[in-house]
Amino acid sequence: MRLTLINVVIAVVAAIAFAALNAAYLVWAERRGAARIQRRPGPNINGPFGLLQPPLDGIKLMAKQLTIPGGADKAMFIAAPILAMFPAIMSFVTIPFSDTIVAKNMNVGILMIFAFASMGGMSLVFAGWSSRNKYAMMSSVRAVSQAVAYEIPMLITTITVVMITGSMDLMEIVRQQSGSILHWNIFPVLGNSHNLLMPFSFLIFFTCTLAETNRAPFDLGEAESELVAGFHTEYGSMGFGLFFMGEYANIVVGSCLTTILFLGGWNCPFGLFPGVWWFILKLYLLIGTFIWIRWTFPRTTIYGLLNLSWKILIPLSLFNLLFTAGLLKVF
Amino acid sequence: MVAYFTEIFNGLLSLFIGMGITFKEFFKPTVTVAYPYETLTMCARYRGHIELVPDEEGNPKCVVCGLCEKACPSDCISLAGEKPEGGKKKELTKYNLDFTRCSLCGSCVESCSFGAIDFSKEYNLASTRKEDFIFNLLQRLEEKKK
Repeated sequence: MRLTLINVVIAVVAAIAFAALNAAYLVWAERRGAARIQRRPGPNINGPFGLLQPPLDGIKLMAKQLTIPGGADKAMFIAAPILAMFPAIMSFVTIPFSDTIVAKNMNVGILMIFAFASMGGMSLVFAGWSSRNKYAMMSSVRAVSQAVAYEIPMLITTITVVMITGSMDLMEIVRQQSGSILHWNIFPVLGNSHNLLMPFSFLIFFTCTLAETNRAPFDLGEAESELVAGFHTEYGSMGFGLFFMGEYANIVVGSCLTTILFLGGWNCPFGLFPGVWWFILKLYLLIGTFIWIRWTFPRTTIYGLLNLSWKILIPLSLFNLLFTAGLLKVF
Repeated sequence: MVAYFTEIFNGLLSLFIGMGITFKEFFKPTVTVAYPYETLTMCARYRGHIELVPDEEGNPKCVVCGLCEKACPSDCISLAGEKPEGGKKKELTKYNLDFTRCSLCGSCVESCSFGAIDFSKEYNLASTRKEDFIFNLLQRLEEKKK
């Protein structure tokens, strides 16, 4: 596909529309899902099944005044919510939804997504620092230690997958997993590594995705019982809206990446009719699991969070890296 | 070393058990009652404000003895009656309840030897005007009769 102006505009509009629509309706899905688990009906007044709730919430947020607290660092305060949303939208540039639906495939696709994902942590720090609020400050301190702790096992696990496939190209990674479920990286019995520890690798990666997107049970940054609302305490109006949408857009990016790296992308579990529908199905199953986990587990403590990463996830992922390297040498 | 792996294994197992529980709850029917749209039936011993009990024809059972008026510690009840021409018994002409002072003690219901008053199951009684809580129970009974 040639890089013309029209193509670029279409890709940008599609990426933003996909991210924004997902963000809006995942909020609805989250509230309905939470309600089902707690045996409540959830939002069901506005429209059929409460489907008009997200646009109405959006209108309410947009109608509110954006206040900037006195003594806040104005430029950083405004930059932070944009930084929360922007990396997620940028990541959609290189994420392939099927072998034809991709804006721009790169041979360093994973690298680019991780480079942008690391900016997500920065938005939390910016927001916490610039708000001139002690709760927001505490939250950004936590966010830094969390981002540092969980990027390491996530990257080590990704290196394991990259080592198996020998490529950082997301399309190539999916292509090597084509075939049945036994070729996928989550359980590669017939793949080229035969590594039976990969399911644990998948669990480590998924846990890190939860932590990186600041989702419960790792949402220490916005622990409302201790820190009011954490880093977005001082944000109202669309500033808060962008943080909220950024969180859900990041969940979509994280689930896309998990699908591509471990669940065979757009390949069917039985090797039939590969296509974008399998990708969408896996993507939303993973997002459903995100919601399911959020409403199952209580929030961890900051010590529990860091212990889990430094004492369990990092040693295990390092061991798995060594083990995979050994297996690749043997076979 | 063994303790380290047992802890990880048991922790992981407990997480999956927890997720199993919420998965089962997800498919169970909701227990919430969407209050203004649907209501539960009030339990039998609920004490609302008092109301007059009708006989078979829908007329008040009350014989205007005035015991309830005397039994009331807060002076909520005021009733009156008169003997119609040719009739043997007194008939109720007025039965007002000042619910702003009622403490739902039930002395009036207890004192009535004819079973003519009872607690209602009414609980939707919000109003901004004090006068709304002075009930004309006789009028309420007649409205019910229609």
